Amino acid sequence: MTEPYVPAHHVPGSPTRGLLPGLVKGLATTARTLARPSHTAEYPDVQPHLPPRSRGVIALLEENCTSCMLCARECPDWCIYIDSHKETIPASTEGGRERQRNVLDRFAIDFSLCMYCGICIEVCPFDALHWSPEFEYAELDIRDLLHEKERLGQWMPTVPVPPALDPGAAEPAEIAAASRPARPARTPRPAPTTARPAGPRPASADPA
Amino acid sequence: MSPALEVVLRTVGVLAAFLVLPLVVGQAEHKVMAHMQGRLGPMYAGGFHGWAQLVADGVKFLQKEDITPAAADRAVFKLAPAVALVPYLVALAVIPLSPGVVAADVDAGVLFVLAVSAVGILGTLMAGWASASKYALLGGLRAAAQLLSYELPIVLAAASVALAAGSVSLTAIAGAWQPSWLLWQLPGALCFLVAAVAELQRPPFDMPVADAEIVFGPYTEYTGLRFAFFLLSEYAGIVVMSLLFTVLFLGGWQGPFSDVLGPLWTLLKAAAVAVVIIWLRVAWPRLREDQLQRLAWLYLVPLALAQLALTGVWVVFTA
Repeated sequence: MTEPYVPAHHVPGSPTRGLLPGLVKGLATTARTLARPSHTAEYPDVQPHLPPRSRGVIALLEENCTSCMLCARECPDWCIYIDSHKETIPASTEGGRERQRNVLDRFAIDFSLCMYCGICIEVCPFDALHWSPEFEYAELDIRDLLHEKERLGQWMPTVPVPPALDPGAAEPAEIAAASRPARPARTPRPAPTTARPAGPRPASADPA
Repeated sequence: MSPALEVVLRTVGVLAAFLVLPLVVGQAEHKVMAHMQGRLGPMYAGGFHGWAQLVADGVKFLQKEDITPAAADRAVFKLAPAVALVPYLVALAVIPLSPGVVAADVDAGVLFVLAVSAVGILGTLMAGWASASKYALLGGLRAAAQLLSYELPIVLAAASVALAAGSVSLTAIAGAWQPSWLLWQLPGALCFLVAAVAELQRPPFDMPVADAEIVFGPYTEYTGLRFAFFLLSEYAGIVVMSLLFTVLFLGGWQGPFSDVLGPLWTLLKAAAVAVVIIWLRVAWPRLREDQLQRLAWLYLVPLALAQLALTGVWVVFTA
């Protein structure tokens, strides 16, 4: 935005002493600034250009949350509130085992306490929490800054796509795993003496 | 046209100019200063680039409580803003925009304007004295000292042009102006401009209201409309001094098509001078009180005297 500050006595040929040169320099500087476009960001009328990975607000992708409580426990100022209960899923097959899963009842972040450290986002094992650049959620009452999961979920569409990988970077683990060729079927051990047609491996039927 | 109607028309004309021009200068200050600092300045009031910012400020000041300090000299305290403001209105009445466009063509116009504008500073002094506040008193006394120091160079510089023109009538001085005056009256013009800025208590000569040292000087105790009057008187002062400088040193209405565009030329030149006064405020820091006195007595007064001597010699040898 502005040039780095260079003291006057370091600029070659610049006036350093005497009354008049300094005064003239002041006039010249202000006149030059007058001729240039101003730096003012007209914020409410023009949206600011935020840098990537701006920490505006924390968005919740509810489907990914397993109520594991890691975020709530790691939060340095304890501003995450989680309530959940267990639900029993009947067995899907006859005679199968019933399973249990966690159901998220409440997920709230108190943004009057949050210090935007991002530890909850770092620690979430299932990518349920994301940084959103959205910052226009000021309230008139500090108590209104406690946002429940519905509101946190509304910010999810504002989460930017992750930045592209650096050229030459290693493939992400998920993609590497998905694109690996399927494991080949095991080839049967060749029979030592008799020529037998290839087929499924005999279950050690051959005493050989 | 009946004389009574003419008086009313002229009065209304001066009053309109007095109400509009200071606001124009004030708005110009907002915008020019902002852009010189890389900002935009007021952008919302009135819609288009904040043109109504000062009107909005006036409405705000109108709604404020009018407070008089308990220990203040009430009558003087309440009168002071009027004493600061009215002289500039009177001065504006006698400054010609062109030979025909002048509310009251006074013969000794130069003397009249200088005397009247010096009365305006009396308002500052009254405010400082009557406020019963140490900051106001300090500021008022600084203003008085400043007036005493800078009235001399301003009068000497004006006397130089009056001598060159052979008249103390503003109309006659601007009429006698030649482009060569720009050169040989230059020291006097610089002297006049510096002293005028000092008389207006504008930065870099705003020690009477130096907010870092004495809060807001004589205006510390003022609120609401009376405070607004002091601010208005500052801008009215810029208008009067710019017009006076234009008429004395820049030839007023002289320029191409001056018989038609005369008043416009005067206003244009005065606007340029006003922008210069604003520019000085943005670019330069405030002087110290002793530096102010040193500048006046060691540089400006000798310079003005030398200009006066030069003009005297010139007039004697050419006339």
